[in-house]
Amino acid sequence: MIARKALALLALLTVILLPSPASAAPGDEWGFRGLLRDGERQPVSGAVVEIRDGGTTVGTDTTDEKGRWEIIPVDGPGTYTIAIDTTTATGHFAGDSYQVEKELVESPTTLPVLNVVVSTTESSAPVASFGDRLAQRAVSGLNLGLLIAIAAIGLSLVFGTSRFTNFAHGESVTFGGLMGFVLAHLAGLPLLAAAAIATVLGAAFGWSQDVVFWRPLRRRGVSLITLMIASIGISMAIRSLMQFLFGNAARGMTTETWGTITLGPVVLPATSYAGMAISVVVLVAVGLWLTRSRIGKATRAISNNTALAATSGVDVDRITRIVWTLAGALAALSGVLLGVFNQVSFDMGFNLLLLMFAGVILGGLGTAFGTLAGSIVVGVCTEVLVLWVPADMKYVGGLAVLVIVLLVRPQGIFGRRERIG
Amino acid sequence: MDILWNSLREIITPTTAAYALAAIGLNVHFGFTGLLNFGQAGFVAVGAYGFAIAVMTFGLSTPLAIAVTMLLAAGYALLLGVPTLRLRADYLAIVTIAAAEIIRFGLNSSAFAQWTGGANGLYNEYSDWLKSSNPYPSGTLTLGPWTFTSNDLWIATVDWIVVAAVAGGIYLLVNSPWGRVLKGIREDEHAMLSLGKNVNLYKLQALVIGGLIGALAGILYVQPTSVQPFDFGTRMTFNMYTMLILGGAATVFGPVLGSMIFWVVMRFTDELVGLGVQAGLFDNVTQGSQLRFVLVGVALVLLVVFRPQGILGNRTELTFDAR
Repeated sequence: MIARKALALLALLTVILLPSPASAAPGDEWGFRGLLRDGERQPVSGAVVEIRDGGTTVGTDTTDEKGRWEIIPVDGPGTYTIAIDTTTATGHFAGDSYQVEKELVESPTTLPVLNVVVSTTESSAPVASFGDRLAQRAVSGLNLGLLIAIAAIGLSLVFGTSRFTNFAHGESVTFGGLMGFVLAHLAGLPLLAAAAIATVLGAAFGWSQDVVFWRPLRRRGVSLITLMIASIGISMAIRSLMQFLFGNAARGMTTETWGTITLGPVVLPATSYAGMAISVVVLVAVGLWLTRSRIGKATRAISNNTALAATSGVDVDRITRIVWTLAGALAALSGVLLGVFNQVSFDMGFNLLLLMFAGVILGGLGTAFGTLAGSIVVGVCTEVLVLWVPADMKYVGGLAVLVIVLLVRPQGIFGRRERIG
Repeated sequence: MDILWNSLREIITPTTAAYALAAIGLNVHFGFTGLLNFGQAGFVAVGAYGFAIAVMTFGLSTPLAIAVTMLLAAGYALLLGVPTLRLRADYLAIVTIAAAEIIRFGLNSSAFAQWTGGANGLYNEYSDWLKSSNPYPSGTLTLGPWTFTSNDLWIATVDWIVVAAVAGGIYLLVNSPWGRVLKGIREDEHAMLSLGKNVNLYKLQALVIGGLIGALAGILYVQPTSVQPFDFGTRMTFNMYTMLILGGAATVFGPVLGSMIFWVVMRFTDELVGLGVQAGLFDNVTQGSQLRFVLVGVALVLLVVFRPQGILGNRTELTFDAR
């Protein structure tokens, strides 16, 4: 009963519409096909989808067991109403009707993949209490925060050793997500194996970034600003390459399902709890590595004072490369977990990068534990904000935190009060 | 041959002019003052949407709409600058990119769709004043090897007049005592402080002026087309950096030259991608054109590392040593 209620609170129907064809050549037909899912991203089968042009019904179809409906052809570009009747559908919201208006635009420059969310405010579905929704969102936010933390600690360590903000770090996250997708979805490996392999590949990706770009640039002694601009160039090149290879669509990481776990009012997929457990283990391991191991100590020494570390016998170049490798691995792991938490897309990492910045600055630039705390705050803020703002605005919360922190306390929560100007 | 002429046509198109103008604004930030603004697209978006909404939703007259837009852009610049300019260069970069994305998410969101049109953007119902003042004969006009519609040519004319006027103004500004202080801040902030200059105030002024130019570019950018939220992504800003460094940062004509070369090359490669699609190399034009942005990114890295002064710049002036 509780599960039912909690599902209803999220009773969002996500409709991914793929107006077809992509760019209409003369003679091609226009239409809508799509995928119907509930707030838990589970496919909704047996729902009747009807396309209406004004008052007249253009065509109907019933969603299959994967939530898909086939192309319903329409005459051409224009605004259509997509009505979804769930009387015969599986799931808790059976009987509700949803309507979306969608415009089909003739455009050669964009892939016509549209995301539409029909929220319960447009239906008669029961709404869970505010406290329950808050609990659900807070746990989701904790999950997101841990993902941000894993990636952000890599960013923070790179900042400490290489002394610049790496705007290409998001692409390492995307790399992990895409590799996970290739391994888990396309090659059909078990999710955990895919995650492990993607992490190793991510380490190699980080290592090769250092070898190809950053070490030669360090040798040239280029300035901070040159490094940052080079990093946005690299970010843009890698992101565009991934968009070329992967396309614009967001896709599910795996077809594997682990079911859901209900804890009080909170219903989350089991994969989320697994992701959080992995995150915590990894974060503790990184923390111990930083404080206990020789290399970790050397890393912190370089962050404090590179010249002093070098004269004390620390091989700065070697440690920096290890840090890049570690950062690549952590980013890739975060990418896999984010792909399971959300979906895989070519810009998933770039969007996460902005939240990472928020987490890093909130915690205090260059403090590993501050980064952890800041990231969790940002993750929770981002998810909880969905209670008040539309889901497509949720990243704004994390970014707003960033601006406010800089206004009030630029050194962050745990940063030392020193001159950072 | 057609491909070549089509590409060279980009030299005078309104898009090139608008990008050139926005890059001039970015040049005030980055080239002259050394401010690392990674969110110029945010200013352009403020300009484009501010103007379109002022005209379409609030029915303001065109001069009033431009004035309101400029006020908005100045307010946005102050909002960004006041908390961050006293901090390290990284912070301004992070905050500007984050703020530009906040703006884009907000414009793209369904929450404000009644004003912004959400993900669909806004149709062009705001440039009637410009089109109605068109002195050219209607129909298509031929200019050398190119044909333009009357409206396109008129908008291009107006745009380039604005670019020329702003470039002239920048020339006067940077050669004034005020401009020398800006360059001084870029070279050595502490030296300027010890000369008794209020460094943060100068930086803030530069941020506002460059932002206003960016917003003006936004107004020009949407005149010939509609307003589309996805145009104002981070890619727009990074394209501008590529133009700016290609043409020559801290020069008056560098951003203009950079924008011309950038768009000619983009159009040329676009045409090549078109041929590639015909030859079955790519699935469609959109997919193939992603490859061009890989090249832009690589070009940006190579430029900033190996030729930071670009075509027109002076290497000794541009070591990018701002902190």
